Amino acid sequence: MSLPDASAPVSPSPGFFNLRSVSLRFALVYGSLFICSTVLFFSFIWWGTAGLLEHRVELAISADSRALFNVWEESGPPGLTMMIDDRLEQDVDDNTLYLLVNKDGKWIAGNLAEWPRQITRNHHWFNLPVQRAYTQDLAKVRAYGLPDGYRLLIGRDISGRTLLRKMLTDTLLWAWIMIALLAIGGGWLVRRLFQHVIHTISRTTLAITHGDMSQRMPVHGTDDELDAVSKAINEMLDRISRLMDGVRQVSNAIAHDMRTPVTRARAQLEYAALHAKGEAALRAAIEQAVGNLDNVTAICEALLRIAQIESGARRSAFVLFDLIPALQDVCELYEAVAEEHGLTFTQSLPASLPFFGDRAMFQQAVANLLDNAIKFSPPRGTVTLSAEIVTLEPPLDGRSRLLRLSVADEGIGMNDADMARATERFFRAEQARSTPGSGLGLALVQAIVQLHEGQLQLAPNTPGLITCLEVPLPDEENFPTEVIA
Amino acid sequence: MRILLVEDDQTVRTFIAKGLSEAGHLVEQAENGKEGLALATNEKFDVVILDRMLPGGVDGIHILETLRGQGNVTPVLLLSALADVDEKVAGLKAGGDDYVTKPFSFSELQARIEALVRRNRNEAQPQTRLMVGDLEIDLLARGVKRAGQKIDLQPREFRLLEFLMRHAGQVVTRTMLLEGVWDYHFDPQTNVIDVHVSRLRQKIDKPFGRPLVHTIRNAGYMLQE
Ligand SMILES: Nc1ncnc2c1ncn2[C@@H]1O[C@H](COP(=O)(O)OP(=O)(O)OP(=O)(O)O)[C@@H](O)[C@H]1O
Ligand SMILES: [Mg+2]
Repeated sequence: MSLPDASAPVSPSPGFFNLRSVSLRFALVYGSLFICSTVLFFSFIWWGTAGLLEHRVELAISADSRALFNVWEESGPPGLTMMIDDRLEQDVDDNTLYLLVNKDGKWIAGNLAEWPRQITRNHHWFNLPVQRAYTQDLAKVRAYGLPDGYRLLIGRDISGRTLLRKMLTDTLLWAWIMIALLAIGGGWLVRRLFQHVIHTISRTTLAITHGDMSQRMPVHGTDDELDAVSKAINEMLDRISRLMDGVRQVSNAIAHDMRTPVTRARAQLEYAALHAKGEAALRAAIEQAVGNLDNVTAICEALLRIAQIESGARRSAFVLFDLIPALQDVCELYEAVAEEHGLTFTQSLPASLPFFGDRAMFQQAVANLLDNAIKFSPPRGTVTLSAEIVTLEPPLDGRSRLLRLSVADEGIGMNDADMARATERFFRAEQARSTPGSGLGLALVQAIVQLHEGQLQLAPNTPGLITCLEVPLPDEENFPTEVIA
Repeated sequence: MRILLVEDDQTVRTFIAKGLSEAGHLVEQAENGKEGLALATNEKFDVVILDRMLPGGVDGIHILETLRGQGNVTPVLLLSALADVDEKVAGLKAGGDDYVTKPFSFSELQARIEALVRRNRNEAQPQTRLMVGDLEIDLLARGVKRAGQKIDLQPREFRLLEFLMRHAGQVVTRTMLLEGVWDYHFDPQTNVIDVHVSRLRQKIDKPFGRPLVHTIRNAGYMLQE
């Protein structure tokens, strides 16, 4: 029987027999594998049962023949005749066959009347039909040549066994046909499932390539591999749309926020060119315009910096260092500024804090936070910088230690809606518009903190604001001792 | 001073050259790398100003590396539109002495050029004490005196004063102070430097009537008698 085409019963569709179709190949492989394995399996069963039965009959006949030879050697034809008669007498089931003839073919002993004509060769297996009482039976026989032209025929009735064997063969064959049908059906099903999955993926991705970024892969909540694929794709899409939002945000921001200083510079220059009276006025206008252009440069630089940090390229500059002196340097720089603004600056830092990251960047992040705290605080407030190591129980994402660094002020604070948007590029709250700045400070902090796999959180302080950085620390045993010392 | 300026942008080149000539320097100009390299190797200059990116295959870094390969130690200041920290590091590694990113203010460039030349001269003899007028600092004992009177300074204030003293009579920009005194290579947003300089003034100028630290408009500071 040849292998059936597993795809045969599937309803025809365009390109159905296209072997480049993955689903068809998948189904074919599935079907062939199924059918091959059942062929193997059934052959094994057949050999283990029907084949074995037959083999045992042959063994019994051979053993019998050896016993009868011995008798012949010891006591010649009379002994053998007696032995055969004896055996036939004991055989109640009547399923043995014996026949001993002399060299003329004349009957000497046994339960067969004459030498069957089919048996022409010695030492060869024959299936011999025998007429017994009223039934036609089948026997397995073998002829042996004896000295002086005597010949001996030994056989066993195998009609019962033949029946069993036929039944077995039939059953296995039918079972196999059914299994083949199942394989075909299964292959079809596999193909449909496969097509379904592939089509959902390709439909979604196609929609996305045509610009519909809101499309997402369906997740069935079954937590299987398909869900995993869908989730991975969805995550990828989320990240892409976040990035696209970022790009859009930045280009909008460039269009708006960069225009402002450029417009101002242009207006100042044009006004001066038309109306300035005397050199002093001209110079003043030009200086202001240069200031505005410097502002544009600063914005560009900050944007580039954020983009560069977000691309993750700076991770290669990570080193192990003690954070405390680095923080103290920043504090030293800003303490004077705080005092100048009439603010009290306090810090609570541990003696040492081994840290893995980019020193200059991290200093920049802290500097930006301090800058905000000072900028958005009225005089007589307190600005506090504190750092501590938090031990997580149980560990989160394999990290058991966190650096928690916070800058708290008693300034104007922010409302919840503004807090949620504070890290957007160019975002400045309404009350902040009168202070200098371009709204990139926290965006840069956020990028730096994310580069260090940490988080930036804003929380209200009554009054004021607390900005808090949480950054995972490498495990203690990974630190070279000289850094801790 | 004889200065070589290699810069391809005509406007920027004229702007720098005019400014430097007005400040009394002799400026040779080259508009591409080949010309610049030829001038730099054949003639003697006090400072070379090199644009990092130049058309025509020979860029600033290439010129710099060739010069250094020939054992030429003329101070080189790199100009670049690449503000990246890594770019800066690469430029300094190739043998550059300073790095200014575009766009820049002329006063920044001028201050840095003068600092470079000064540094080159000073390196010859290590000093242990610096004096400007009646202000005197002892670099070994870390002591400061003005008009014979001892002044107590914080370590960072001392370093700020030392930096100003080393560049006495020269304009020092805020970025130079930030890099030279605090070793910061980022924009601190607010005018932190002004605050620190004003604190220093409280200690070394205010009690003595006559100021030594001067603010230079649109540029920075200068310590001068
Ligand atoms: N400590 C704070 N207290 C009150 N509001 C704050 C504080 N920090 C940030 N904000 C708000 O978040 C906005 C964004 O802060 P961010 O640091 O990004 O910008 P900026 O300080 O206005 O400008 P830049 O940092 O670029 O000079 C601020 O404009 C302000 O409205
Ligand atoms: Mg800010």
